[in-house]
Amino acid sequence: MIKQYETVIGLEVHVELATKTKIFCSCSTEFGGAPNTHTCPVCTGMPGSLPVLNRKVVEYAMAIGLATNCDITRVCRFDRKNYFYPDNPQNYQISQLYLPIASNGYVEIEVGDTKKKIRIHEMHMEEDAGKLIHDEWDDTSLVDYNRSGVPLVEIVSEPDMSSADEVIAYLEKLRMIIQYLGASDCKLQEGSMRADVNLSVREAGTEKFGTRTEMKNLNSFKAIARAIQGERERQIELLEEGKAVIQETRRWDDNKEYSYAMRSKEDAKDYRYFPEPDLAPIVISDEWVQQIRKKQPELRTEKLKRYQKEFDIPNYDAEIITGSRHMAEIFEAATAICGKPKKVSNWLMVETLRLLKDHNMEPEEISFSPENLAKLVELTESRAINGSVAREVFEKIFSENVDPESYVEEHGLKTVNDEGALEEALKKVIADNVQAVEDYRGGKEKALGALVGQTMKAMKGKADPGLVNQKLKEMLAV
Amino acid sequence: MDITSMTAVELGKRIKAGKLSAMDAVQGCLAQIDKVEKDVHSFVTIDRDEALRRAEEVQKQIDEGTLNGPLAGVPVAVKDNLCTSRMRTTCSSKILENFRPSYTAEAVCNLEKAGAVVIGKTNMDEFAMGSTTETSYFGVTRNPWNLDHVPGGSSGGSCAAVAAGESVCALGSDTGGSIRQPSSFCGVVGLKPTYGTVSRYGLIAYGSSLDQIGPIAKDVTDCAAVLEAIASYDPKDGTSIDRSVYRKAMTDGGEGQAVPGYDFMSALVNDVSGMRIGIPKDYFGDGLSAEVREQIRKAVRVLESCGAIVEEFDLSLVKYAIPAYYVIASAEASSNLSRFDGVKYGYRTQEYEGLHHMYKKTRSEGFGAEVKRRIMLGSFVLSSGYYDAYYLKALKTKALIKEAFDQAFARFDVIVAPAAPTTAPELGKSLNDPLKMYLGDIYTISVNLAGLPGISIPVGKDKKGLPVGMQMIGNCFEEKKIIRAAYTLEQEGGRKS
Amino acid sequence: MANKISDETIEYVGILAKLRLSGEEKENAKADMEKMLDYIDTLNELDTDGVVPMSHVFPVNNVFREDVADQKDGSRETLANAPLKKDMYFKVPKTIG
Repeated sequence: MIKQYETVIGLEVHVELATKTKIFCSCSTEFGGAPNTHTCPVCTGMPGSLPVLNRKVVEYAMAIGLATNCDITRVCRFDRKNYFYPDNPQNYQISQLYLPIASNGYVEIEVGDTKKKIRIHEMHMEEDAGKLIHDEWDDTSLVDYNRSGVPLVEIVSEPDMSSADEVIAYLEKLRMIIQYLGASDCKLQEGSMRADVNLSVREAGTEKFGTRTEMKNLNSFKAIARAIQGERERQIELLEEGKAVIQETRRWDDNKEYSYAMRSKEDAKDYRYFPEPDLAPIVISDEWVQQIRKKQPELRTEKLKRYQKEFDIPNYDAEIITGSRHMAEIFEAATAICGKPKKVSNWLMVETLRLLKDHNMEPEEISFSPENLAKLVELTESRAINGSVAREVFEKIFSENVDPESYVEEHGLKTVNDEGALEEALKKVIADNVQAVEDYRGGKEKALGALVGQTMKAMKGKADPGLVNQKLKEMLAV
Repeated sequence: MDITSMTAVELGKRIKAGKLSAMDAVQGCLAQIDKVEKDVHSFVTIDRDEALRRAEEVQKQIDEGTLNGPLAGVPVAVKDNLCTSRMRTTCSSKILENFRPSYTAEAVCNLEKAGAVVIGKTNMDEFAMGSTTETSYFGVTRNPWNLDHVPGGSSGGSCAAVAAGESVCALGSDTGGSIRQPSSFCGVVGLKPTYGTVSRYGLIAYGSSLDQIGPIAKDVTDCAAVLEAIASYDPKDGTSIDRSVYRKAMTDGGEGQAVPGYDFMSALVNDVSGMRIGIPKDYFGDGLSAEVREQIRKAVRVLESCGAIVEEFDLSLVKYAIPAYYVIASAEASSNLSRFDGVKYGYRTQEYEGLHHMYKKTRSEGFGAEVKRRIMLGSFVLSSGYYDAYYLKALKTKALIKEAFDQAFARFDVIVAPAAPTTAPELGKSLNDPLKMYLGDIYTISVNLAGLPGISIPVGKDKKGLPVGMQMIGNCFEEKKIIRAAYTLEQEGGRKS
Repeated sequence: MANKISDETIEYVGILAKLRLSGEEKENAKADMEKMLDYIDTLNELDTDGVVPMSHVFPVNNVFREDVADQKDGSRETLANAPLKKDMYFKVPKTIG
């Protein structure tokens, strides 16, 4: 009989916080910038430099902790994690081991129709490392400390997940919460959200956990799904061959769809944590917790409920729109201006989603203003432009955030309401398309479409297609 | 006028009065350096041109009336573990032989703001690890009182420079006695302030939770003047204590303890009447040289004759301070010194195969034996499975030691102790038995563990003519009490005896 | 009570500390460490049950910086002491094989 295996997965999720400055110095956290420009003695580990904690980091961490149902540690502290690596300028990372800022929380996920709680073991604050680039020319590595000292929280889950679907649902849930809090943009591709997967397999029905491995370098949901599948198969294969799984860190290569052990004699994994003597402990009062709680923005679940009550839009639309805080903000702002939630929702659900997909973009990257979307809704509602023109204008709004009113004006896209010109065109179309006219009169309803199309073409697209339809019917009925 | 025999405050007065210029003062020190440096070797780096340029700048400000503090125009020497952007900063180590920091330590900035002129960087035990200044990569410093003896350490260069008149005063750093012990050996006054009083920003860390920068001077007055110039609340140092806020927090919290401010010169008062002085019996037992004991007795009698109330007591836990210290300091050092790896600054080995080989070779060639010894010990005590037994145990011991001092200071204003068990040992006699050398720090180390202020002042000489120092320890933030006691002793014959 | 430090331990601590000791240095390090650890073991005479470990000597808490950026370009000073650099990067031996 073939053995059945189940997969046990826990996640360590790193999230870069959206502070303006680094965790222990005033250097900018902005992306890009020439190498080593966003650096100072502190974030490059210069002798004699000292860290000073950014208050905002603690507040974001508390906000995330509260939103994920964690207990906030009232006296927490930083520890040093010692290991040598060139992206880590001090050769120790300032992190938290003994008293992390939050612990014992959970988030709820939904896969298919099943709801499940994923418990959060703990969450701690720490500093990010610099970037290493491989230099092909002389086979060396190059170090850039611009990212060194960017604040991170690491969220460590319990091993409560059993499939790639659950892992992705958990990550999406975390991402949603954190984006809503404004604590991070959580972009996997840019590395502002990173997940390490701890995975083990065990024979179905057994209680004891198998030996787990930790997988790193997972840059997309797809990579995560593939890595989970790959690692599960690798471990099962080992067990089937009677071999043991080794507890180790593995690096996933998404191109080769295989993971490699990151093993080295020089890599002792003995981090010699001890309390960071350069940083005072953090004491978090009830008042401070209350203050953060009060400032928490409406999270998605609450927002969804309110949309269902407040706006006449389908549930499905509301779910998609609230799936991104940014999209929800555009929806609410545009609706407030034009007062037409259904129309605004349509633009977001159809055209916006299509264009995002075409450009391989995330909803967070939408760059048009709600004002311009609202104006577009008003232009179409007043029939100043027709549907196809509106779609054309929307593409411009989407890509360049143009003002639709001036754009329509400048490009002469307004629907022509000159009845004389339309009648001229209709007459010419009827005269030139004898066969179609005959067909229509003979009962072929479809032939009307061709005639409308010809007329729109003659009007260079600027007629109101509804009006053309109506006029044609009138004229052909004679 | 012989500049080398003047104190900083005397010199400052003459400069202010126009009798001397800041350039004269620097020239005076440089001339003395030319005379004695080849024997004493107090300095790692001397920057004559820069010192003279700075002196001119300072003199201009003095003439304009924008600089008028007691230290305006006074030449100073700075221990070479304090970053200076104008001079290399080596920690007396090969690994930083050519390191030029991008910034200057806060304490040095403060001193320069007061008009002091930095003439050079002084020799020290490598990374401040040692008690003799013999572990320096740049060679030993000798005791100006007797060139066959060590000046003590780790701030041996700073103390020797002041004692030899090469500098008028100096900055040192004290992790386990590194200001007080060499001050004692060199017959100068050295003070380690309360932890958090002087910003550590720019001090290349040895044991971060213990390190403090402090003044080394010819007398108590200079010592107070320099401390007043360098002490400050510095937002760049998260362990720097804002004394105004700290006082409020404690009072509001019901503790009711007001924290005295930074006006240390106001404590230069010849009066100890009614001052309660505690003599910890455990500090005067076996291991203390009879000559040192005798000189201290004499000094205590002077204080008593001035109206101080002297009483013996049991401090307890004394023998646990050194083991606790070596666990904590070595552990912190092993981490603090991991940044020296040949990547960002400092020495990198010439030939290597791969990253880890580069790390190991660089560090093994760049660090000296004592530094490596402490890094190894520190890495071991923190390593997996040993943390609780060593590091945590040491932190608990530290808590008990602090408690013992708290109890003592409920009874006493000042605790008097030797600064070291003996006078300065001969060169070359200490390093072969590290543990024995460590035991020499027995009277100074617990002060660092408890974060307290301590001063060492000369109280006499032994038969060989080597100075004996006495230590006075205050409760936290009570520098003024020990300054007052030291000043009284100095005025009433401490220096004459 | 005497502590014994094995060759493996010295080797292992050398990996952690990134120090490579010669044969003689290793023997010295073993002897030094054994002696120091024996000495440190005197701490075991102390009853520290229930004592809260003291990492920071004064009760100073919540020392923060506000989140205000300093926009200056630090690259020149950061790279000024680099033993090896390329363009604006630090150059190190290859990290991942």
